[in-house]
Amino acid sequence: MKQTSEHFKAHVTAALADPTLKIALNRTTTLLRERRAQVIADFGEYAAAREAAQKIKDHTLDNLAHYLAMFEANAVASGAQVHWARTPKEATDIVTAICKAEGARSATRVKSMLGEEIGIGEALAAAGVERIETDLAEHIIQLAGDPPSHIVMPAMHKTHEQVAELFREKHAQPSNSDEIAALVESARRELRPKFLNADIGISGANFLIADTGSIVTVTNEGNAELTTTPPKTHIVTVGIEKIVPSMAHATVFLRLLSRAAIGAEITQYTTFYNGPKRAGDADGPETMHIVLVDNHRTEMLGQFLRPMLRCIRCGACMNHCPVYAAVGGHAYGAVYPGPMGSVLTPAMSDLKSTKDLPNACTLNGRCNEVCPVNIPLPDMLRSLRARQHQAGLTSGMTRGGLAVWGWLARRPGLYRRATGLAMFAMRVWSMNRGRIRRFPMAGNWTRHRDLPQPELGTFMQQYNRRSRK
Amino acid sequence: MQHRSTPPRVGFFVTCIVDAMRPNIGFASLKLLEAAGCDVEVPQAQTCCGQPAFNSGDDATTRDLARQVIEVFEGYDYVVAPSGSCASMIRSHYGELFADDPAWAERQRALSAKTWEILSFLRDVMDYHPQGASYDGVATYHDSCSGLRDLGVHDQPRALLGDVAGLRMVPLQGNDECCGFGGTFCVKYPSVSNAIVEDKAAKIEATGADTLLGGDMGCLMNMAGKLSRRGSDVKVYHTVEVLAGMADGPAICKPEKMR
Repeated sequence: MKQTSEHFKAHVTAALADPTLKIALNRTTTLLRERRAQVIADFGEYAAAREAAQKIKDHTLDNLAHYLAMFEANAVASGAQVHWARTPKEATDIVTAICKAEGARSATRVKSMLGEEIGIGEALAAAGVERIETDLAEHIIQLAGDPPSHIVMPAMHKTHEQVAELFREKHAQPSNSDEIAALVESARRELRPKFLNADIGISGANFLIADTGSIVTVTNEGNAELTTTPPKTHIVTVGIEKIVPSMAHATVFLRLLSRAAIGAEITQYTTFYNGPKRAGDADGPETMHIVLVDNHRTEMLGQFLRPMLRCIRCGACMNHCPVYAAVGGHAYGAVYPGPMGSVLTPAMSDLKSTKDLPNACTLNGRCNEVCPVNIPLPDMLRSLRARQHQAGLTSGMTRGGLAVWGWLARRPGLYRRATGLAMFAMRVWSMNRGRIRRFPMAGNWTRHRDLPQPELGTFMQQYNRRSRK
Repeated sequence: MQHRSTPPRVGFFVTCIVDAMRPNIGFASLKLLEAAGCDVEVPQAQTCCGQPAFNSGDDATTRDLARQVIEVFEGYDYVVAPSGSCASMIRSHYGELFADDPAWAERQRALSAKTWEILSFLRDVMDYHPQGASYDGVATYHDSCSGLRDLGVHDQPRALLGDVAGLRMVPLQGNDECCGFGGTFCVKYPSVSNAIVEDKAAKIEATGADTLLGGDMGCLMNMAGKLSRRGSDVKVYHTVEVLAGMADGPAICKPEKMR
């Protein structure tokens, strides 16, 4: 997708004017928050698991080259081919070259954010390969022509009523019912034949396991297995930060991922893939390619953004973010929305075009609180603001306002007189009504809410008056 | 009660927003701190903790203001502020500013360690139990984010309010969810802030409470301003105003009575 984060404010205006979007977001975020709270409360070892997960990721990142080399050696030993890509372009070139070599006309695909990140949809289209999205939500947005609005639930912006309408328009044998079960059946009828006829299956991976060379997928619909098994070729595109040392380490994350993501103890399907079909196997792909993608990750490793590489893409931060819940994922204009996206998008593109993202945050800290790997998202967003400030990207108004206020705040005597005068003016302006409906230069506040009438005298004035008596 | 030979010397940090918008919170705080057995002083050279600059990414201005706060307050046994957000700025975030300056870092660490948000200070440090406070009403409670997540302020206000005669507390759905204030956020992204506080106001109204209490004037001003704009009758006070028996004047955004 084309990144449009520079139009964040316009996207916000459009999102807030959409009443159906509000219903969709409210339904899903409310449900996800309740479910997560329950399942975490029931998970006695949660705090210990969270701490262990953080330590495992930190250790792995400290020794990233070692574990990646170990993964490559073991994956190759089990028969997979491993490719390395520094950029999205290198990654998609590798994928399309494989498609071409195989003479592929169609590819089934399991939802993967890395795939979105490298623009695999556009690359396949350019290479003339039909792309069949097999995840139900990805199928919905493919039919609708929308980009994903959430990293786990890409169609979160749609109500099931909207989906029913879409399926009636696009499916060969749609259902007349708006019931969710009927919609799932309709999608199944549509997708099942395509699964079996695809030339290539493309997936991401939730984890890479260094000491076995395995990849792991975690899904609820079984579409990963149907995508990766019947076609002759299985291609995995995956970010290098997904690596963990061993199976035992992976299980720590498996206990956290679905709880944090969807408030379930485990997902329906967790599959470990070890190379292509072996002699004697009943099924499986003949060839398996694993494309390991950097795309700014090694840059992030060497700076303050390093903790972001712990991210396991559960989406809990966005589910609990008041801004995300108000405007939805599309407003961010980037592959990764919400708090984690507001850190990743500047890191993967530039500070300037993504200027709004780190600022559109109340620094309430909920994202960090619910993060299963304890990423200090608010601190990182604030650090990004500091970098914007250093780079001179903050607006003249903000800089000017801060300069005047900072100058005054360093002069307590003058500051006291200035605030005293300002509050007196505000009090006069209030006409003793208790609240102020409009005030010069406070339009962004008073457009939506009242200001209180200040008391007669600031605290310092009143206190000093009383002390003198 | 902690046993001391002399009462602790507390430097009261009124915070810029309480100083300007709601001095009553400051006076209620002084009354409570004194009732709890503290020797309270209000240093004249205080202004702001620097949070607006910090959250805008202006670390140089923040550092200047942090040095000022350190100089003004380091002589006290404790620094107490009627705000989780300002107390957390000093306690939890000042450390980020002096990483490369060992001399100031040492002074900063000493100050951070003795800086408290008032409700947790009253309860956790002074083991204070309000005497004779009463409030005739049904109140609900909003937990402001910095106090809640940075400082663990949650049980203390509820325990303190439990001793207020006549006050009944009812739970607020989403009591630990941001109200949409976010400091400069609310004026930088007014429409988003509004969507969040609209939702918050609706949840407050749905409790049926006649009073909303909290511990941060920024958030209270945001919610009171929204409730007022919606024409709601819900009265908004800072918790210390109720505890000190000083919630008899106009609630935030409500008119003063003619005398």
